[in-house]
Amino acid sequence: MSNPTSTEYEKYYVPEQSKMAVMATIGLILSIFGAASVMNDKTFGDGITSGSWTILIVGLFWFMAVLFAWFRQAIRENIAGMNSAQLKKSYVLGMFWFIFSEVMFFFAFFGALFYVRTLVGPWLAGEGEGGRMNGLLWEGFEYNWPMALTPQEAVGGAASQPIANNGSFTSAETTMAFSDAAAWYKWLPLWNTIILLSSSFTCHLAHMGILDGNKKKFNLWLGITVALGFIFICVQFYEYYEAYAHFGLTLNSGIYGSTFFMLTGFHGFHVFMGMTMLAIQLMRSLKGHFTADDHFGFEASSWYWHFVDVVWVFLFLFVYIL
Amino acid sequence: MGDHHHGPAKGISRWLFTTNHKDIGTMYLWFSFAMFILGGAFAMIIRAELFQPGMQLVDPAFFNQMTTLHGLVMVFGAIMPSFVGLANWMIPMMIGAPDMALPRMNNWSFWILPPAFLLLASTLFMEGGAPAFGWTFYAPLSTTYAPPSVTIFIFCIHVLGLSSIMGSINIIATVMNMRAPGMTYMKMPLFVWTWLITAFLLVAVMPVLAGAVTMMLMDIHFGTSFFSAAGGGDPVLFQHIFWFFGHPEVYIIILPAFGVVSQIIPAFSRKPLFGYDSMVYATASIAFLSFIVWAHHMYTVGMPIAGELFFMYATMLIAVPTGVKVFNWISTMWRGALTFETPMLFCMGFLVLFTIGGFTGLMLSIAPSDFQYHDSYFVVAHFHYVMVAGAVFSMTAAVYYWLPKWCGRMYNETMGKTHFWISFIGFNLTFFPQHFVGLAGMPRRIPDYALQFADFNMMSSIGAFIYGASQILFLYNVIATIVSGKPTSEEKVWDGAEGLEWTVPTPAPYHTFETPPKIDPAHAHS
Repeated sequence: MSNPTSTEYEKYYVPEQSKMAVMATIGLILSIFGAASVMNDKTFGDGITSGSWTILIVGLFWFMAVLFAWFRQAIRENIAGMNSAQLKKSYVLGMFWFIFSEVMFFFAFFGALFYVRTLVGPWLAGEGEGGRMNGLLWEGFEYNWPMALTPQEAVGGAASQPIANNGSFTSAETTMAFSDAAAWYKWLPLWNTIILLSSSFTCHLAHMGILDGNKKKFNLWLGITVALGFIFICVQFYEYYEAYAHFGLTLNSGIYGSTFFMLTGFHGFHVFMGMTMLAIQLMRSLKGHFTADDHFGFEASSWYWHFVDVVWVFLFLFVYIL
Repeated sequence: MGDHHHGPAKGISRWLFTTNHKDIGTMYLWFSFAMFILGGAFAMIIRAELFQPGMQLVDPAFFNQMTTLHGLVMVFGAIMPSFVGLANWMIPMMIGAPDMALPRMNNWSFWILPPAFLLLASTLFMEGGAPAFGWTFYAPLSTTYAPPSVTIFIFCIHVLGLSSIMGSINIIATVMNMRAPGMTYMKMPLFVWTWLITAFLLVAVMPVLAGAVTMMLMDIHFGTSFFSAAGGGDPVLFQHIFWFFGHPEVYIIILPAFGVVSQIIPAFSRKPLFGYDSMVYATASIAFLSFIVWAHHMYTVGMPIAGELFFMYATMLIAVPTGVKVFNWISTMWRGALTFETPMLFCMGFLVLFTIGGFTGLMLSIAPSDFQYHDSYFVVAHFHYVMVAGAVFSMTAAVYYWLPKWCGRMYNETMGKTHFWISFIGFNLTFFPQHFVGLAGMPRRIPDYALQFADFNMMSSIGAFIYGASQILFLYNVIATIVSGKPTSEEKVWDGAEGLEWTVPTPAPYHTFETPPKIDPAHAHS
């Protein structure tokens, strides 16, 4: 290095010009414009046009390709030894605050769930301070959770409700709540909890392995973690299939269906992301990218994995059990 | 790759592919000024329509699109990006860092903004028109009764949130990790402190906003019932989620403004900032309180009385740390060797007018009084005193203050002072009368009004045109400075200014502090 003081303070690597940002922007904007067009075609138009689908799909593939190239470049820089200890700490901070922002995203949906369950439900049934007006609007509605009958059904359907509406909401015949203690082993959420909690444990074992420099142990446990994540997603898909096909539980099933599918759906999507991240780390490990003291790609993915695990614990408590 | 010491690249690629915090800061600043002009043009249409009672120029549906887009463009396009631009330019120079912590992501945070706003503005030409439900987009106006352009709007909000979150993560990582050795937290300039706390607020609440618009999206297109009572949801739920984002958001806008003022007032008082530590703690207290006061925007929706009381008292508490700040700024000036160059004039305008806005905020915080003020022009007057005279005035002060450092040329002081006085008079002429029409019962967001409000509204409109026109003088002054201002090469452009940014050459070189500067341990914060 040309600078004489750089020995006492490692030089921070500021990358030269990069096309990544602009390319990623093109992909992102195409994706959102495509997605908005698909949805508007569906809701306000005469069915989804192939043009809208094309924009969306091209945008998504473009975006993923740029992300791939971007991460590849960051990895190559690290392998080339360009990342100082200080830069690595920037990545750690970046990942930490990214996960914090994800926590806050789930917080919005959990907040909605708590608000509806503790305040809105009773008010719609005419109880409490908010109940005076609602008692007149939704006569006959009784509140319980999971909601057995939506307010709309209580007054006799969308046509006879006294205020404007944006659709018809029919409650589920069967909900996902734990009901049959005798057949507990048939209750999928319990198995999913066991699967996901063990995957967090196996992920930790993998981490122990790489810290010891034991690559075999690392690859084995990481592979098991990815497999458990995959099984979780499959079970979740089966649960959704059951909900739609047999339980009458859909997105249209009032606020119970809304909160159930949005919370579990976004969680499932995050499991998918976490699983993909871990799978990529496994491939990288097989290519020999990691050492005992340099494996941040895996560490960041594992933090993310533990995060989706913790979210599941809250989901299991507040969506399935309580 | 390796150890380069390049200047900027040539041509357009310099701006498209840059990783340099100064380039990115410059792009943010110009973009936000463009949005300021666009949002201002919408405001001019609003004021032209309200010049006289009766329907004058535009039809009511278009008027609603104007109020909506004016708010969205000003909040998300003008004020927020302008302060992000300032953070990009100044934070690395203030803490002795070579650049932002994550330079490529920094570029991405900027470049997703212009196309998002282009999409948002293009909804004006869509079938059904642009969003017309106000910048607060309350359900069911924004769900059941929304035009199809709401879908574009929702995705644009997602993109703006993404940009803010990435920008904030970058700022947090920079401040936590890139300070020069010896630059301890309690030695950081206050602008850096206020931005660190602002960035934390942004990372905490932008995802909540993303959640809110996602629920809207699902309600509109996929049959969920988050905001529909018929399915067991609640439109008021939307307001709770929105304001859980929205209230910290107003501090996201004003805290960096506080930081700017805390840099400029000491410089022109030739005294260190009074009560630095208490300024830091006051900022943190305001940030904390901002999370537990959101429902003071919703006193009239029929909350339980316990809720009204809690949010009322919590809101009033904010006056304490804010008062600490105002008194500290005044104490800084006490017995200082004061001079009133343009940046200081704008800070004086900020101090007086922001305090007025703070007091009307206290009036609004009283739940029983708010039942009268709610959704009236009094509210419009209140938040323009804190948004325009607070955030925009301090941003303008910041541009005049640091422009010589950025481009190595001095702006025209007479023109700057003229800009201030025209802005000050135009602003007050616009918004002071709105207090009166609001208290007398004129509702906000309407294209027509009762005859007794005619005189005050005409004054408001004339004031708005004056204020709007004065910004053209500002634009001219800035461009004239960059092109042909009087060159200056003094490191310390202002004799009273303190801080690391005044130790580097003027104009600031493309790369500053490639190796960290020595921080004098005895030297206090600037």
